[in-house]
Amino acid sequence: MSPSRSPPKNPVLKTREPTVPPGLRSRAALRLTAAACEGRLELQRCRACSAFQYPPREACTQCLSTRLEWTECDGVGELISETILHHSNEPYFRERVPLRVGLVRLDVGVTIVAHVDGACAPAPARIRLAAHLDKSGQAALVAHPPEGPTDMTTSQTHRDMTCDPRGRKILVTDGKSETGEALVKAFIAAGADKVWAGVAEPWKDATAIDKLAQLEGVTTVPLDVTDARSVEALSGLIGGKVDILVNNAEFHRHKPVGARGVETARAEMDVNYLGLLRLIESFGPALKFRAADGPNGACAWVNILSVYALSALPSQATFTASKAAAFAASQALRADMMGVGIRVMNVFPGPIDDAWNQTVPPPKLAPSALAAAVVASLKAGVEDVYPGDVAQDILARWRESAKVLERELADQ
Amino acid sequence: MSPVSASYNGVVVVAPVTIPYRRYAQHDAHWFLAKAVAGLRDAAGLATDDIDGLAVSSFTLFPDTAVGLTQHLGLTPRFLEHVPMGGASAVVQLRRAARAVQAGDASIVACVAGDTNRVDSFRQNLANFSRFARDAVYPVGAGGPNASFALLTAYYMRVYGAKAADFGKLCVAQRDNAQTYPYALIRKPLTLDEYLTARLVADPLRLFDCVMPCAGAEGFLVMREQDARGRGLPFARILGSIERHNAYPEDPIQMRGGWAMDRDDLYAQAGVGPADMDFLQAYDDYPVITVMQLEDLGFCPKGEGADFVRRNSFTAKGSLPLNTSGGQLSAGQAGAAGGHLGMVEAIRQLTRQTLSAPIPDARIGLVSGFGMINYDRGICTGAAILAASEA
Repeated sequence: MSPSRSPPKNPVLKTREPTVPPGLRSRAALRLTAAACEGRLELQRCRACSAFQYPPREACTQCLSTRLEWTECDGVGELISETILHHSNEPYFRERVPLRVGLVRLDVGVTIVAHVDGACAPAPARIRLAAHLDKSGQAALVAHPPEGPTDMTTSQTHRDMTCDPRGRKILVTDGKSETGEALVKAFIAAGADKVWAGVAEPWKDATAIDKLAQLEGVTTVPLDVTDARSVEALSGLIGGKVDILVNNAEFHRHKPVGARGVETARAEMDVNYLGLLRLIESFGPALKFRAADGPNGACAWVNILSVYALSALPSQATFTASKAAAFAASQALRADMMGVGIRVMNVFPGPIDDAWNQTVPPPKLAPSALAAAVVASLKAGVEDVYPGDVAQDILARWRESAKVLERELADQ
Repeated sequence: MSPVSASYNGVVVVAPVTIPYRRYAQHDAHWFLAKAVAGLRDAAGLATDDIDGLAVSSFTLFPDTAVGLTQHLGLTPRFLEHVPMGGASAVVQLRRAARAVQAGDASIVACVAGDTNRVDSFRQNLANFSRFARDAVYPVGAGGPNASFALLTAYYMRVYGAKAADFGKLCVAQRDNAQTYPYALIRKPLTLDEYLTARLVADPLRLFDCVMPCAGAEGFLVMREQDARGRGLPFARILGSIERHNAYPEDPIQMRGGWAMDRDDLYAQAGVGPADMDFLQAYDDYPVITVMQLEDLGFCPKGEGADFVRRNSFTAKGSLPLNTSGGQLSAGQAGAAGGHLGMVEAIRQLTRQTLSAPIPDARIGLVSGFGMINYDRGICTGAAILAASEA
């Protein structure tokens, strides 16, 4: 298992600076990354002759057709040869040798150069190939045992491709909300070393704060994301220790446009969008600086967005606009954090079963289900998460046709 | 069988030239290639303008190609080839040049290959070696060719039962050959025990399995036999040659190269067989590929390379003299000139201009090239049979 917590840091020693593996890819190869962002292995396949191929190409290697598509693949195959690298030409890998690397022959008939999970039997051995994201944010193909990653999957390679909360220090903003409380509990259950629960407006619900504070491993801290001084003050106290930041604060009303809702919209923007920007300004630099700080160093930034960030829900126009704004900011944050290997994970839930969605008919996502999805996705190392049936439904329809979805959402 | 390719009658190779290797260099590739062209001109007693054909191979010439090199060096050729085929470039240059001379498209073709080696240029070349390498190999550990050949070697050993000592025997023999070759960068004698206990680089490859990148250049001239005779230049004949690219793409892993597809044609062109070879200059950046060439060029059946190694000796006076100037494993790999090392050594042996120990009574020899690990395997293969002028 991965270490449960890091030894105390020696403040006299230099903090190891982050390095990342080579991240340059062809446009075709980026499709492999796009699938890996959601935890899927997809390979290029010819629509004319059905042949799979790898590495990604512009034409079919069997029939020269340019009608290629990306198809999900089970990754089942054989490790046919392997080596242990004791040397590498890149600083990132030099820090990580010895490294197990192999040649994999998938049953669909392609040969793949892949990382090899330490739990795999020596070649020749049956394996299952999976697509993860490496520290450069690009797809990295890893051969696991046929049953997938196991408890024996101990390698630093795997830990570097995922963001397991185990042993890590985590800040959850608006910890006393229903989703906040669920997230805090899920992180403790997942073996987090420490969870800070940020609380604003303590006069509103003192009992919720007391409940949080009584949980083992949880510390409540004052944090109002609408107040730059509050954010900066907390950053000064704990910014250099946070390994995973979960931006959960949310202001949510149901307002269409044209309903005298400008002040509501301003409040939504202040929490949902500007709050994110304040967090980025105060916590971003320290998080980036600590991206290689030991085996449990800073690794992830999580944003709880909304699936309606993809396409506005007119009945909640100003709320979904603020989530769309936060989505745009998160993409910029991701581009910035990619340079040091911090994963920016966006979560796009449908309606959550909380007080603000009281009148929304089911299905709704339980706060505990949201929290479970966040923990599982950090462990899997994915980048975009669409938890629950509504989110999956909206995503599928948005991919099918963004315009059709816009028409259908018009009267919801 | 009757040969597929037409004969190379009337065309010869002359003027083996080496620009001394060095581990690192401050000059650009253009400097080494200029030295090679000038070296060929001077070795053959030509004026620069007598060279009316040019073939160039280099990894570090970027952003230039052979085109830019003509203006850079003040050459005005009527035949120009850029051959980006790595270790197969020497054989391919020879083939292109010989046909151009036969057809009258050029009279004297300078075939040159060379590269610089800055302290950081090897890493940068690896990172951008090919699209597939950039997308699908380099990001998996950035092991470069050490990793690629480790995977091939591990598989070969498991499937065919070759032992580390078999590969070691080749490395030690080549190091013995390097003792007399003045341009070899590594001439420190090597014992089998030192080979077997050297540090691991990429399991099962140890230090002395891995070629050392360096800077340097090699070159030779291709011209009509009558021109060589008229100028009093010692020459070697071309009895046959082959090339093949992306052979056997259906094989899950490379255990054979394009030589196996074309060797019958090669020997049919030359009218001789592998047993008639007085030497083999094989491509040897890692010993496993030398063993594969022994098999694919017909010196022994597939899978019996290790046994062949055990039954033979490979120094200049051995049963099969192999890489008699030490090979790349002792001389160094001057980038795209890696395959030229063996070609130039073959010409030296056959024209009695050796710098290394002469092979007794060498009349016919085989030169083999292998290049471009584009993804998981070498794509370009080539081979040529050369003969002494009196043969």
